[in-house]
Amino acid sequence: MRTVVAIGAWLLLTAAAPTMLITDLSQGRIDINTTFKGADLLVFGAIQYPAGAVPDAPPDIAIVVRGPAEPVTVRRKARIVGIWVNTDAVRFESVPGFYAVATTRPIASLADDRTTAIYEIGLDNLQLSPASGASAAETSAFERGLIAAKRQAGLFVESAGAVMVTQGVLYRARIAIPASVPVGDYAAEIHLIRKGRVIASSSTPISIGKSGIERWIYVMAQDHSLAYGLAAVAAALFAGWVASVATRRP
Amino acid sequence: MDLYLPIAEMSVNAIVIILLGGGVGFLSGMFGVGGGFLTTPLLIFYGIPPAVAVASSATQITGASVSGALAYWRRGQVDLKMGGALVAGGVIGAGIGQLIFRQLQMIGQIDVSINILYVLFLGLIGGLMLKEALGTLLAERRIAAGGARPPARLRRHVPWIAALPGRTRFYKSGLYISPLAPLLLGGAVGVLTAIMGIGGGFIMVPAMIYLLGMSASAVVGTSLFQIIFVTAATTLLHATSSKSVDIVLALLLLTGGVAGAQFGVRAAQRLRPERLRLALALIVLAVAAGLLFGLTVKPAALFTLYGPQ
Repeated sequence: MRTVVAIGAWLLLTAAAPTMLITDLSQGRIDINTTFKGADLLVFGAIQYPAGAVPDAPPDIAIVVRGPAEPVTVRRKARIVGIWVNTDAVRFESVPGFYAVATTRPIASLADDRTTAIYEIGLDNLQLSPASGASAAETSAFERGLIAAKRQAGLFVESAGAVMVTQGVLYRARIAIPASVPVGDYAAEIHLIRKGRVIASSSTPISIGKSGIERWIYVMAQDHSLAYGLAAVAAALFAGWVASVATRRP
Repeated sequence: MDLYLPIAEMSVNAIVIILLGGGVGFLSGMFGVGGGFLTTPLLIFYGIPPAVAVASSATQITGASVSGALAYWRRGQVDLKMGGALVAGGVIGAGIGQLIFRQLQMIGQIDVSINILYVLFLGLIGGLMLKEALGTLLAERRIAAGGARPPARLRRHVPWIAALPGRTRFYKSGLYISPLAPLLLGGAVGVLTAIMGIGGGFIMVPAMIYLLGMSASAVVGTSLFQIIFVTAATTLLHATSSKSVDIVLALLLLTGGVAGAQFGVRAAQRLRPERLRLALALIVLAVAAGLLFGLTVKPAALFTLYGPQ
């Protein structure tokens, strides 16, 4: 009897060895080339339970794909002498250029507010770091404006029920990447949630960058701007000259 | 056909951009104007960021002015001395305009400033053109009805321009005035080129005729000559400072523009010039009214985002 208890205890201890998430992506690098008009990123993987014991209750998964953070200034328009003009502004120090979250269920029913805030799951839980002396109510109005504008541009997406879980083990979700996506280093974070607690997480890097001639033009414009400007003028003059020769009447 | 623009960082329909360039090119060929004042607002309306629209439109105008300038050059209708003074002023003006552009960009007022400037200038120029075109048409009616031809207007001398020091001769323009006058005029238009992405021909040509009193034969050629250099300088300034010149966008516009201009020139030969001027005045006023409406109507989103620039 004692040995059985000891083995049981040992099994329980190893069972406490973490549940693991194994993740893969349809593509680890997204190339923006001349014909780029957005991409479909497939995030998929498996949940590895200790000793292969799949629990009966279906697991909850939250998949967050986020892009590099950058400062953003939000300006509010107001009517001045009949014309809509930008007036007050609030600067947010860390706004992800892209943020998409896909979950198995609505975020509110996954976990409590504190947990979703810690893991930044959901658009309302982003830490945007507002930097201004405006009141809390004002800041939150600007924050709502920022989120609405990003949603409108397809750069902030929240889709409940978009993660499919098969047999309690395999999970997958499609994340739509729009054409206006900023370049940089991205990450796909996957959180396994059980009974309102995050019990496993994984993070997989994605890089989104311009390739081919798009990249060449962009790098020239950024790093050799004078040469780029001269080349642009030369190209315009040449095109104009070709047109003049081609259309001159005999 | 979708095409990703490397600097604007967005996917556009290449056909739409080429057609846009073609439509503006058609009007340019028809009326003999650069059309930058239509390209920039149309690009912004399509969703191109204003800074990219202004800078790339300037690049496009450089290319679009070449064939016209070459044609006038072959006929000896470019006053190099006058053009040189206008260019010198224009480059300085473009530099100042670029500084103002950056400043407005930083305080988040560039979009509204571009729009207000467009409403003011298009409204003013369109109104003047409408008045002139209607006047000519009415005068013709009167002559046709047996009335006397009104006396030809003498070339006016603007007193303060005549008073500027260091007068010199501009042979092809038939003028004896101070080079400061074209320098100042070029400078004023250069500021507008950098801020609004226009060649400024529609301001420059009337100013050369009515303010400087240039002889009509050299006006258009010299204006095109100065537009090439000032828009080229503007391209360089935008490329090095705001890095917002999208060469792919400029070349797309140019492709459409060149083809459109040919059709425009042919269409213009079948129409009477007074009618053309009247039509252009109405188009200019319509664009101004559209922009004014856009400024006063409540925007769908009150909050706009501005990147780290």
